[in-house]
Formats: sequence, C-alpha cells, structure tokens
Amino acid sequence: MRLAEYRYSTLQGIRSQLLFVGQVEAVRMGEVVRVIAPDGHELEGEVLTVHKNDVLIQVFGECRGLDIQNTTVVFTDAIKQTPLSPTMLNRVFSGSMHPLDNKPMFVPDRWWPTGGFPLNPTLRESPREFIETGISAIDGLTTLVKGQKLPIFSCAGLPSRQMVADILKYSRTPQGNFVVIFVALGLTHHDYAFYMRTLEELNTHYVAIVNLASDSVLERLLAPRFGLTVAEYFAFQHGMDALAVVTDMTNYCDALREISSAREELPGRRGYPGYMYSDLALLFERAGRIKGRPGSVTMLPVVTMPEDDITHPIPDLTGYITEGQIVLSREMHQQGIYPPIDVLPSLSRLMQHGIGEGLTRKDHRTVANDLYRQYARGRDLRGLAAIVGREGMTETDRRILDFCDGFEKEFVHHQVGRRSVLETLDLGKELLARYTPP
Amino acid sequence: MTGRIIGITGPTVTVDLADLKLYDRLKVGHGGLQGEVVRLASDHAVVQVYEETKGLGVGEPAQPLGVPLSVRLGPGLMGQVYDGLQRPLPLMGEKFGPFIRPGCELPSLPEDSTWLFTPLKKAGDRIEAGGALGFVRENSFDHYIFAQTGGVISTIALGEINLQTPVATLEDTTLLHPAHDWPIRTPRPFRRKLPPTSPLITGQRVLDFFFPLSLGGTAIIPGGFGTGKTILEQAIAKHAAVDVVVYVGCGERGNEMAEMLEEFASLNDPWSGRPLAERTIMVANTSNMSVAAREASIYTAVSMAEYYRDMGCHVLLLADSISRWAEALREVSSALEEMPGEEGYPTYLASRLSGYFSRAGVVETINGKMGSLSMILSVSPPGGDFTEPTTQACLRASGAFYMLDTSLAHRRHFPAINWVQSYSLYAEDVDKHFSEAVSPAWATLKQKGLALLQKEEKLREVSEIVGAEELQDEDHLLLHTAGELRDRFLCQNSFSDDGFSTPEQTVRLMDLIVRQYEEATTRLAQGEELSVLLKEMQ
Repeated sequence: MRLAEYRYSTLQGIRSQLLFVGQVEAVRMGEVVRVIAPDGHELEGEVLTVHKNDVLIQVFGECRGLDIQNTTVVFTDAIKQTPLSPTMLNRVFSGSMHPLDNKPMFVPDRWWPTGGFPLNPTLRESPREFIETGISAIDGLTTLVKGQKLPIFSCAGLPSRQMVADILKYSRTPQGNFVVIFVALGLTHHDYAFYMRTLEELNTHYVAIVNLASDSVLERLLAPRFGLTVAEYFAFQHGMDALAVVTDMTNYCDALREISSAREELPGRRGYPGYMYSDLALLFERAGRIKGRPGSVTMLPVVTMPEDDITHPIPDLTGYITEGQIVLSREMHQQGIYPPIDVLPSLSRLMQHGIGEGLTRKDHRTVANDLYRQYARGRDLRGLAAIVGREGMTETDRRILDFCDGFEKEFVHHQVGRRSVLETLDLGKELLARYTPP
Repeated sequence: MTGRIIGITGPTVTVDLADLKLYDRLKVGHGGLQGEVVRLASDHAVVQVYEETKGLGVGEPAQPLGVPLSVRLGPGLMGQVYDGLQRPLPLMGEKFGPFIRPGCELPSLPEDSTWLFTPLKKAGDRIEAGGALGFVRENSFDHYIFAQTGGVISTIALGEINLQTPVATLEDTTLLHPAHDWPIRTPRPFRRKLPPTSPLITGQRVLDFFFPLSLGGTAIIPGGFGTGKTILEQAIAKHAAVDVVVYVGCGERGNEMAEMLEEFASLNDPWSGRPLAERTIMVANTSNMSVAAREASIYTAVSMAEYYRDMGCHVLLLADSISRWAEALREVSSALEEMPGEEGYPTYLASRLSGYFSRAGVVETINGKMGSLSMILSVSPPGGDFTEPTTQACLRASGAFYMLDTSLAHRRHFPAINWVQSYSLYAEDVDKHFSEAVSPAWATLKQKGLALLQKEEKLREVSEIVGAEELQDEDHLLLHTAGELRDRFLCQNSFSDDGFSTPEQTVRLMDLIVRQYEEATTRLAQGEELSVLLKEMQ
C-alpha cells in the first residue's frame, strides 16, 4: 500500500491507445492510472506490462491531445473494481460505469474486482430451472435454463435488435426475483434511442451498461466485465436471478483484435488474437450458479455472424464455449417470419434439466421432440418437393409439408407479444394433432 | 535465496535470479503465486505464472523452491477432484469459498489420514528403486507403496501409517515415505513396453464393434461444436472396462464439469458394481481457470495415470479437449515471443503431442506386473476444419480415429461417429481376441455390417437421382436394414439403459439384424411380397 499517489511526467511514447512511461517505481500489474492531458482533461488507463522501470499503459478513451512533455500519469495503486449497490437498479451507465441517465452517481455499497474470479467447478450447481423468454421457438425447443450461456447467432440485417428488445421485455422466472443486465457494445445512436425506449417500458428490474459506437474501443472490452460483475453482485449477494443480455459480441471481438494488433501481438485466425477463446471463456464462464446459494447468472450474448458464416472464428469459438446456440435464418426472415429462428441448427444443451414436471410441464420433452422430428422431416421433404412437385408425393408427405409451413407461420412466428410456455406447448400439441393423420 | 520481480507481461514474470534450473518451481509475489522457470539468462530468469498476475507488483519477492513442477503421488488420490496444478478443489471450496483466488494452496493428499499398511518386504531385504514395499487398501484395490531409492531395508512399518511418517528406512539411513513427488513432464519408468493386443471395452457398440481400441492404445475424437465430444468422453468414462479412469476437463465448460461430478457421485461402475468415484480421478481445469495451469493439467493427469499403471492397473486417461491444451501452449509460447509455426502454434506442437501420446502403452512394470495406460482425447478443430495443425498432429500420433460428423449430429444421431472415415489400427489384433473370447462370427459379422452400410450409401445416392420409387425390392430391403442398423445399433442414447452394451450384447444385436436381413432376402427371392417382409421385420 502506498501512502501517496505517484505522479509521473516521464512519458516516452504514445502509440494509438498505448502509453510508454519511463522511470516508474514499484508499479503493479493491472494498476489503474489516471492520465491528465495538457488541457487538463482526464482519462483512465491500466498497466499492461512492466519491465524494470518502463511501463506500458493502455488508455480507456481517445488519446487525441496527449503529448510527451506535458502529460501527467497518476498511479493509483488500485486494481479495476466495479462500484456496486442495490440502488443501481433501473439505471443506465456508460462503459466506464458513469451514469448516462442524468442522475447523480450512486453511493457504492461495495467494490468488486471487475475481472472476477473463476468459480470452483466442484461448487458449481449444475443449471436447473427454467427462464421464460416468451418466445415459443426458444421456450419450446431450445429452453433457456438458469445458469446457462446461450448465444443468439444472427446475421447482418436480421431483426436481432427487435428480438433483444422482446427478450428484455418478456423474460421472467416463475419465482419472480429477476433482474436483466443489458450490456450494449458499439451501439449506434439510432439503436441507442431504440433501446432506451425499450428500457423505459420495462416492467422488470434492469441495469444497462452502454458503450456507443463512438466510445472508446477499450471501454468495449470493459463494459461486459462491469455488466457481469453487476450480475454476480445481484445474483450471489442478493439472491436474484440475473439474465445478462450482451449485444453485440462481434463488436467485442473486433475491439479485442484492434487492441491486440496495437500491442503488436501475433495474430491468429482472421487476425483475431490466439487467446480469444480464453478471453471469451473468461466472460461466458461467469454464468452459473453456486451450490447452497440462491441466485443465478444466465447469459444471452448476441453474435452477428460475419458473412453469415457460422465457421467464422467469432461464432465458432463462442459455440465451443456456450451451452448451445439459437440460430437466426435469413431465409425465414425473408418469408416474413419473426423471430426468424431456425430450430434445426439451434440447440440448448441444458434443456433437459430445465423442463418437465414441476418446472414447465410433464409433456414438454415429448412435444419438443415430436415437433423437432416432424419439422426436420418436413424440411427434408421440401427439397424433394422442389424436384418432383407436391403432386408427386404421398398423402403422408404432403401432410408433413403442411405441418412444416404451419409450424413456421404459427409456432415460430409471433403475431403479437409473448406466449407463456404453457401456451407454447398447447400450440405445439394442437399443430401436431392438426397435421397428423387420424 | 530470494529474488525480486523486475518485469511482468501477462502470465510471464521476469525475476532477477540467475542460478536457477530450467523448469524449477517458484513462488512469486506477496501472495505466493505458483510459477515455473521457462527461460534462463545470465542475470535474470523468465517465469511462467500459473495464476492471474493482476495486482502483482514489481519489486515483490520471488522464492525458488528448487524442484520442478510435480504431482504428489500416494494413497488418497482416488476419487479426488483436482485443478491442473493438483490442488484439491473440494477442499479449496470449503476453505476459501466458491471462487478461486490467486495464491490459495492446500496439500494435494490428505496428509493426516491413516492407512492400513501390509508390507511385502522385511528388514534385511534388498529393494530396487521403484520396487514395491507393500500396499494399503484404497477403496476396492491394493495401492502399492513404491520405494523411491534402492538399498537394504533396515526397518519397515506394519499396520497403521499416515503420509507424514516414513514407511521404511534403509540401512544407509534413507527414509522412505508412503507418498512422493514426481515431476510431471518426466515419464515414469518401466521395464519394457509390450504390444497392445487385448481390447479396451468402451460399452459403445459402434466403437467396440467397428473401431475397437486396445488396452494401451490411443484414440482421438475430433468434432466441431455440438457433435457430442464431451457426452461421448463422459459415456466412455462411465462404462469403460478398466481399473482406473483419469478424466481431464481441459479448458472446457464449468457447467459440464459440475454435471459430471454430480453424476459420478451417484453412479456405479457397470463392471464391478462399485461407485464410479472409487475408480476415478478428475482433473478439472475449466476454460476460465488459468491458461498456464491448463497447459500443465494433462501432464498432471498422465503422471497420476502412470502411477496407477505401475501398480499393475489398466488405466484409461480421457482428456476433453486436447485442442484447448494446444491453445494454452500457443498462448504461453506467444507470451514468450517464440517464433510461431502454422496458425501461430509453436513449431514444437507436434513433437510435444507425440511425446505425450507415447506415454500410453502396455508395460511390464519394474515390479514385473502388467499394466496399461490408454488414452482417448477429444479434439475441437476450429470451424470443424480437420486440416488444422492440432488435429493433424494428433492424427499422426494416435492409433484410432473416431470422427464426429456434424451432419449426423444435426440428425440427432448420437454418438455421431462417421463410420466411413473413422478407423482403428488396433482392429486386426483386437478382432482376433473378440473372435476367440466372444463370438467366432465376430469378424464375418463386422464385414457384413460394414458392407451393408457402404451399399446403403451408394443406394441413397442413386435414389436421390431416380427417386425412391424406382428402386428394386431388394434395394428397399437393404435400405430398411441399414436404417435399422443406424437406429438400433449405431445410435446409442447415453442417457438411457442402452448407454452401455457388453461385447456379447453388441454381437447378438448385430447378428439379429444381419440374420433378419439375410432371411428376408432369401424369402424375397422365393417370391414373397416386400411389404409383408418389411412389416414382419418391424
């Protein structure tokens, strides 16, 4: 512990968002620094590497206006921490945890390290119980379970924004004690206005952390960490079920690539750094539950697949870490189906633990399996129908084709609003009965 | 001799110590973080730290320990859950709470527990290094206590012992302890290697029948995400006919690990009927835990596996997934600013991997027993692309290749093992064993089964072009049988009673399907109606 803050004006170089400072004494890894520009404005930064007395600092913010002679760097002897308090509920913060809603900053109840710590695997409670999103294709066939991380794989131009808004609006748990943590990364002003309207209409508790497209790239790496620390705080300190919705992880990964190349690190596939898997895992693995404690952290990140390519490093690495995926399809969107979820490649690995008697309904598994099987057969038959024509097919096959259409138009598609899981299951059963030969 | 930290970059720390040995362990910082020397220079050393370095300060102390990174081997390993550095996770949870903070440390073995020791040697006997002094009972089997140094025994314990007191003394006053440390990167010695000939029964029909693994063999399971690597690894861990299973969760999901721990606590070994935990050691280094410890985790595991092999056990090591290990190796290598090879992996990736695979095998131990160490490692190729370096390096080093197929997985065909591309180099030897021990028809049935599946593939191509209506009656019969073969034989739901099948059950089922088909073909040739035959077969 230092008795005073150390100030240095020994800058040796600046490269994009990196500062090189010389002749520094006793600095700590990850230490938070304040950078005071010649015109007096302040930026925050973090110690990245140290070699003897030379320190490399990454700055959260635009380095424009800094110079070598008159810039001062203050070492605070502290590691990045997140301010936390129950009064954060229903408020909006920036990617540096400054209020964006024109209200004063809250008084922190406690500070937790922003990076978090790995959860001991032997004390993890395996995910059980179910979270209702109000969307039939998710609740019925790729059920979200408390403590799970389930990404939405979208494509550019698909209505993932609308879907996120619906999930924010409609999600709930049977127990009630629920909070959504909304983390937006690289948001355009247009989207920002849209989400702010959504948040105003929200009936559930929320905390929003918003990094705009014009904000600092480094802040984009920090914002989800703040969000997850807040989620852990409400989950494990206050026993709430926290659902962290993060959009868009593609912007996060691009920020990671940008910073990595500024640090002159070796690029991996498509220029993304080799440690991207571990870095994403550090975020996604914070979802979970702890044995013997109430509360859970569930994650629903949105990934926009570049060039609609699921083998691109971002969706690929995400898929390796998360427990399933919800895949949106351009084709279904073009047919006017909303939300355009393609249930065939979608999967929730933890679904079997969240459904059934006492959780949703006894017949959930059978209904889901039957729907999936029939729909998969129908999609196969569509290929055949395109060649031989509907007339050349048997009566049974035609029924399955009709089911396929009905399933998309009535089950996957939502005309208005949410459906409870029981409504979803009833609808599924009704569809199966309608198109199954007597 | 204590040094100071002079530089920190990510997980690597530079210290101002010079007279260290490469790969020696160090403790750095006020928190005592664990590390390993990876590079030496005349006036400084580079240390790879196994824990989060955030908060570590320049000028903080660095304490060399004088020993390489090691595992503690002795009674009490069985049923444990460790992290990559062999820290006991359940105990860590009790002591330090649910989150793993840097610098937490606890002994790997329960040092104060007592064991009933039965000596095999007496005072005056000569013993060689690695020879068995005696054994204690650990769960259902005999845990041998090995002498670390050779000599003439002057005293030896009898009855209750604990890990802190010596179990024997030699005439030259050397003390022999019941537990010892073994450097993880050094293979444990044995007398000689034997060729692998007997099968390792996994309980998975498609593997045991078509692509059998032998005791002492190595197999890889590559597959993209969602193809069921982890489920398959776990099913094998539950059902394999071996004495000891060492399971490494290497850089994978925490929730999966939690689920597996829960399941293993409640299930029994199908062969012995005893709790699975009594034959299993878990190493859990999930993806959010230290990357450097992830790199070490597979070595920690293989050293423990070799230790039980030396007692004459058949040991199976399962790692999920070796790609995460390779990525950890890449991260560490790039932090050291080494020259990268293909896709950023260090050029020594292939040699490290083949070195690792060659720690498997059937051996005659120093005590003249037969033990084996087999490995089944899953591989997670990025983008499902099997041409990437890790998959390719694994392919060259392993004896069996179980390829998981994304299109099968999408059809919910599990285990999604592609029967055209997969292979096993042990098949010939092992089939001989199966033909003698299980059924003389084994090899013929296997031929017939494979032929059916191959013909089906061709027929499907044809029927896609001309339409299913144009096919001959015998073709329809074949398609139907191949469908049966897929659904009833190749598919195996690991969450049901069907999750496990003995070789006898496996061959009986195959025999049934093939016989039905052959009978139906004959009757079809005699002019019976196809529809009647198909109905009967259902």
